[in-house]
Amino acid sequence: MKTKTPSKLEKILAAGHLAVTSECGPPRGSDPEVIIKKAGLIRDHVDAVNITDNQTSMTRMCSLAACIRLKLLGLEPILQMVTRDRNRIALQSDILGAASFDINNILCLSGDHQSFGDCPLGQNVHDLDSMQLLQTVHHMRDKGKFLGGDDIARPPRMFAGAAANPFADPFEIRVARLAKKIAAGAEFIQTQCIYNLDKFEKWMGQVRDRGLHEKVSILAGITPMKSVGMARYMKKRVPGMDVPDEVVKRLADTPKEKQAAEGINICVEAILRLKEVKGVKGFHVMAIEWEEKVPEIVERSGLYPRPVVD
Amino acid sequence: MRLSYPSNIKIIRIPCTGKVDILHILRSFEKGADGVYVVGCMEGDCHFNSGNFRARKRVEQARKILETVGIGGDRVWMYNLSSSEGPRFAEIAVEMDKKIRDLGPNPMKLAKKKAA
Amino acid sequence: MIIADKKPIEEIIESIKDYSRILILGCNECVTVCEAGGKKEVGILASALRMYFLNKGKEVKIDENTLERQCDHEYLDELVDQVDNYDAIVSLACGVGVQFAAEKYRATPILPGVDTCFLGATEKRGLWTERCQACGQCILASTGGICPVSRCAKRILNGPCGGSSKGKCEINKDMDCAWQLIIDRLKALDKLDTYEELSPLKDWSTDRAGGPRKIMREDLLL
Repeated sequence: MKTKTPSKLEKILAAGHLAVTSECGPPRGSDPEVIIKKAGLIRDHVDAVNITDNQTSMTRMCSLAACIRLKLLGLEPILQMVTRDRNRIALQSDILGAASFDINNILCLSGDHQSFGDCPLGQNVHDLDSMQLLQTVHHMRDKGKFLGGDDIARPPRMFAGAAANPFADPFEIRVARLAKKIAAGAEFIQTQCIYNLDKFEKWMGQVRDRGLHEKVSILAGITPMKSVGMARYMKKRVPGMDVPDEVVKRLADTPKEKQAAEGINICVEAILRLKEVKGVKGFHVMAIEWEEKVPEIVERSGLYPRPVVD
Repeated sequence: MRLSYPSNIKIIRIPCTGKVDILHILRSFEKGADGVYVVGCMEGDCHFNSGNFRARKRVEQARKILETVGIGGDRVWMYNLSSSEGPRFAEIAVEMDKKIRDLGPNPMKLAKKKAA
Repeated sequence: MIIADKKPIEEIIESIKDYSRILILGCNECVTVCEAGGKKEVGILASALRMYFLNKGKEVKIDENTLERQCDHEYLDELVDQVDNYDAIVSLACGVGVQFAAEKYRATPILPGVDTCFLGATEKRGLWTERCQACGQCILASTGGICPVSRCAKRILNGPCGGSSKGKCEINKDMDCAWQLIIDRLKALDKLDTYEELSPLKDWSTDRAGGPRKIMREDLLL
């Protein structure tokens, strides 16, 4: 199958393999060892690694610098880019900066509101939204032009992705919204963490009804829970998160010292079930500050070893 | 009933406490009053539904302002009673008289004297 | 209309503490309707300030006046003969009025007595909410009459974001998600199919980004 970019992720998907991605949050400091260590834990078990962009609006080392670190180590980074902190000049400029290091994947996001982070008194930008950023990436890549119309010398060659939350409200437009992101240029989708498998499957059914699963590669988002406390927090506090009561109960009924292991079990069971869902093209395993568990999850889910593409 | 209440209290009649404005309360102090209290109908019994609730809000506002400018918010109070409670009216007057006497005179009057 | 909120009296006292002849100047338009800077608020503020200074043993003259508008020359002109009687004017008009007065009376400090907040509507007495950010290019025709620029916390033109939950915004459970409102309204108008049209990159040059804005109407200018 023909690919449009040199992205390893695109090649794996094009070859028909189930892709596995993971993510690393850059440190709240300038020590590169943090990101290098995290990457080392997962490098053999995933195809590509998202680097978050000041997630939850907490100021951190920039995504681009951390992506460059991964690239230099021979990993395949996915540059997450939010429209919260940059106008269209900075967005295009950072895309070119990333392209200069042959970072070949980008995930376009609007970003959490700054009121959640450490600079709640700051401005947000939102010159573009996530869909317009997708359009911008395509404009730069496919037309080889800046938004301003000038030609780009050596245009970026990025595989463009977006996030989708099958659980956010209003549910009735969740599929229409996905269609809109595809129209804007999304080639892969990483979903919000899935705990409500029934609801996700219902959403996938609607996605297939419109044939959208053939136009975009959907990677199901998976996050292991460390404890019942984390489950309750995600259920109550994290916007757009759907954690069914039975998941909370299953962890609550587990002795405290075994809850982490049970969290991994839940996660592996989810992957095994979702592997069978038509249109799911892979998994995005977000083990938040728990990267060392990614290999176990990937192995137990039958997704190891990872395929090799040239 | 011929009940007596302190003679230093000047009664200003209004059709409904909803008519009381923050400005009425503030001006009273500007003109030298030592305390002001608003006596409205029982809550829920306002003939105009919300007059006494509005009055309570304004009393609270006036208290805040008087506290801020150094006159003292505790010089303003709101009471609710029904028209049949004559003895309670006299009781409140005595209570209010004591409260304000404990606070002493409107500090502005002292400041005025000093300035003069 | 323009919605403003009263400044704390302490802040106003701090700003005028060095003056002894002060005019509190209200405005009969928007700030009267939102009960922040009309004749009544002028009276309350003036009374409070008189008491404050008297209580401090300081002789300060505090006068009151309320103009029909402070954003028009003809009404501001009414002050021409009085302005020299004052060391400072506290304007309870919106930021427009404060500046317009300052431009006219260059030698008199004009101090703001309210915080100008937003363009909004009175939902009920005591509750005002934002509706417009004056971006200079109205898109309401394509968003079901609900403005994502002013009512979405991220100004998202292709919303909602993933944080919309049960019709509310991720940043505050009391705040409606603008995109939920847009979708509900498009449905009511039987136009939900238009939701999938991508909103193009917005030209923000008519917004704050383009610098101070100006409208010049040749059909009206003499």
